[in-house]
Amino acid sequence: MNLVLVLEQLLNGLQFGVMLFLMAAGLTLVFGIMNLVNLAHGSLYMVGAYLAAAAYQWTGSFVLSVPLALAGTLAVGIVVELVALRSLYERDHLDQVLATFGLILFFNELIAIIWGRAAIYAALPGWLSGQVELLGVVRYPVYRALVILVGLAVAVALWIVVAHTRFGMLVRAGASNRTMVAALGVNIRLLYTVVFGFGAALAGLAGLMAGPIYAVQPGMGEGILIQVFVVIVIGGIGSIRGALAGALIVGMVDTLGRAFLKPMLATVFSPTAADSAGPALASMLIYMLMAAVLAVRPEGLFPARTG
Amino acid sequence: MAEALLEVRGLSKAYGALRATDQVDLDVREGETHAIIGPNGAGKTTLIGQLAGNLRPDAGRIRFAGEEITALAAPARSRKGLARSFQITSIYRDFTALDNVALAVQAHAGDSFRFWRPARKEAVLREPARAILEEVGLGARADAVGANLAHGEQRQLEIAIALATQPRLMLLDEPVAGMGADESQRMVEFLARLKGRRTLILVEHDMDAVFTLADRISVLVYGRIIATGTPVEIRANPEVRRAYLGEEV
Amino acid sequence: MGARARTVVLIAGLALLAAVPPVAALTGQPFYLDLFRRIMIFAIAASSLNLILGYGGMISFGHAAYLGIGAYAVGILAHYGIYNGFLQWGLAIGAAALVALAIGAVSIRTSGVYFIMITLAFTQMLYYLGISIEEYGGDDGMRLAARSRFPGLVDLGDATAFYYLVFAILCLCLLLVHRLVNSRFGMVIQAAKSNEARTLAIGLSPYPYKLAAFVIAGAMCGVAGALLVNHTAYLTPEFMHWTRSGEILFTVTLGGMATTAGPLLGAAAFLLLEDLLSGWTVHWQIILGPFLVLVVLFARRGLAGLLRGGGRDG
Repeated sequence: MNLVLVLEQLLNGLQFGVMLFLMAAGLTLVFGIMNLVNLAHGSLYMVGAYLAAAAYQWTGSFVLSVPLALAGTLAVGIVVELVALRSLYERDHLDQVLATFGLILFFNELIAIIWGRAAIYAALPGWLSGQVELLGVVRYPVYRALVILVGLAVAVALWIVVAHTRFGMLVRAGASNRTMVAALGVNIRLLYTVVFGFGAALAGLAGLMAGPIYAVQPGMGEGILIQVFVVIVIGGIGSIRGALAGALIVGMVDTLGRAFLKPMLATVFSPTAADSAGPALASMLIYMLMAAVLAVRPEGLFPARTG
Repeated sequence: MAEALLEVRGLSKAYGALRATDQVDLDVREGETHAIIGPNGAGKTTLIGQLAGNLRPDAGRIRFAGEEITALAAPARSRKGLARSFQITSIYRDFTALDNVALAVQAHAGDSFRFWRPARKEAVLREPARAILEEVGLGARADAVGANLAHGEQRQLEIAIALATQPRLMLLDEPVAGMGADESQRMVEFLARLKGRRTLILVEHDMDAVFTLADRISVLVYGRIIATGTPVEIRANPEVRRAYLGEEV
Repeated sequence: MGARARTVVLIAGLALLAAVPPVAALTGQPFYLDLFRRIMIFAIAASSLNLILGYGGMISFGHAAYLGIGAYAVGILAHYGIYNGFLQWGLAIGAAALVALAIGAVSIRTSGVYFIMITLAFTQMLYYLGISIEEYGGDDGMRLAARSRFPGLVDLGDATAFYYLVFAILCLCLLLVHRLVNSRFGMVIQAAKSNEARTLAIGLSPYPYKLAAFVIAGAMCGVAGALLVNHTAYLTPEFMHWTRSGEILFTVTLGGMATTAGPLLGAAAFLLLEDLLSGWTVHWQIILGPFLVLVVLFARRGLAGLLRGGGRDG
């Protein structure tokens, strides 16, 4: 285990964490403000990935495929919000879970009908396929480095919007008392649609960035969605700060665990034991972490609600 | 001097800059009916919440029957003999009135980890429950579902549930809230029959009820108790009159 | 009267189920034996979830985990040559109960959305565990080495005998849930769902009761898992996939929560629907999805809810 390998995995952890954050931010905002549990958030991620791959194929330009995919995902999100989700805001969580579960089934099958069940290949243009030298020590894929930068930029932008703009103020007020916000004459329906759209765009961004790195196939949204749940539980519901903290923690623990647990186990136990137990334990790490956090802080690390 | 049944010392709770409960000292003697009154926003429900164990105070101590209960959660306090009724009716809306009371009886009748016998057929739960419903005047409505009871009947049920836990001390948060004149009258008469048999802490706005029932009154203004005394003393107290600013005292 | 109608439907349903093997033999359609046996196994799983969800208000999105644990207990023992049904099923129940205790102890202290997410996350963890252990087939799963053996009692290889065994277990489970929810214990569970503040105020802490219910539900679902793996003769991590949890959740809702007949109605309706739809198109989920949304929006009280007269469970 050398320094270069460790640095590489740390960067991978950061990259995964940043993507988890994009998903978690959207989900936690929607929950915090509209009290909506949206399982179909992962479907928007999937839509983003597929639209980006398709748009790149269609236009031949990676740069163009980004806004196209974002706009497409945003449109899908808004349609879903208007058609299916509006009536769910008033319902209890069980109804929301079941209905959005139905949406997942629908979207997965729709994607399978259009693009088939096999994973599709999301290409990268030449100028993004290379490697870049970082810190004078590590050679790291350009694309992944870009993902990290974009993710961090979005995190900063999000912080500025939420903390320093009028819209952000409405968001924070709505999170703590939505009846009051409505009573003040703010168009709640519009606010909800905008917030949802915002979340959809973030999911779409995560999805389109994920395409070239991970597999693009029906059902890809749910794998990451459940990890996003772990992020939110650890970080605390309703807070962007919690989403960021949770995302980075989960991203790091998962990536480093997968990379180093097996070799670490092999130093203590036999290689064959490490071979079978290693990957199994590594995939369980973040859930055990979640259990540990819950045992000590059932509300998560930075919950938004204090009451 | 005998120790008070409930002893509160220095109880404080703040919500940000708002001091909902501000250094409250209170003694409630066994068998007395002690009313807590005060203008709106004085912090009466917050005080009840801390006494019942639903809210954690920032500072202060509560002793009940000689025992420190400050750290105890609500269920433990109930088991020690402290019952509460809620200002905003909090019954089991899907259960019948009889079920509601029987459940309270069950909570204090031994163990609830019984898995086979139907609870609704247990005479040891149903009989006392029926008796209490009769006592509060809901005997005829025993089989009505909670949600179908009239508002006044629901308030009566609140009291019945509290009684069923065989309390030494009852915290009653506005028992006649939202009741018409006749219903209020009946409730007050009922509470008068409870006097002496149980210790009551009564939070109320209805001054007729207060002056009929109370042995002593404490006045809560902006989280602080500004006066404690007999109804006669309180009526004559100039600070109290000032606090109410023209309200009937 | 709502309760009476539901009891009639339940008895009729059970009578119908009892009649399936002779009818299937007469009409020469063994497929029905298979289908209804599967429905009954699902009804057992749904019944166990109904206990904690319908009556207890605990939205567990991780119930499929126990299905998987029960199945794997049987499958793993069979893999190592242990075919004794009592041992296998005993382990299935014990393991499921133990895992439910562990997961419940952590999750039940939280509430609302957290609980949903946490139960989902733990199920996913078990699923990943299942697919990563190559010894038991990993991703693809593996064939069941041999069916559970109950020497001298019943031969699970005999389709009809197995059918009636499942039927007997189903009746037992329905009875058990019915007695549980009407007992003192069940009263506390229902009370905690109906009004938690009130429950605390009368001196009851819901946590130990909810945990006990969660463990019982897990154990019952473990039985369903043991039955399922014997039914399919194949062991796969798909048993624990979170979409399976969603299906069980939907089944309970479709049938009507907090009723005894609900899980049976729901399982029958869901599996029959799935059978029908998959006969039309391989992309049947694109119909099932919106159907699910519509049921939630417009038929929330489920099939048994249609029969409900406004009273409690009968």
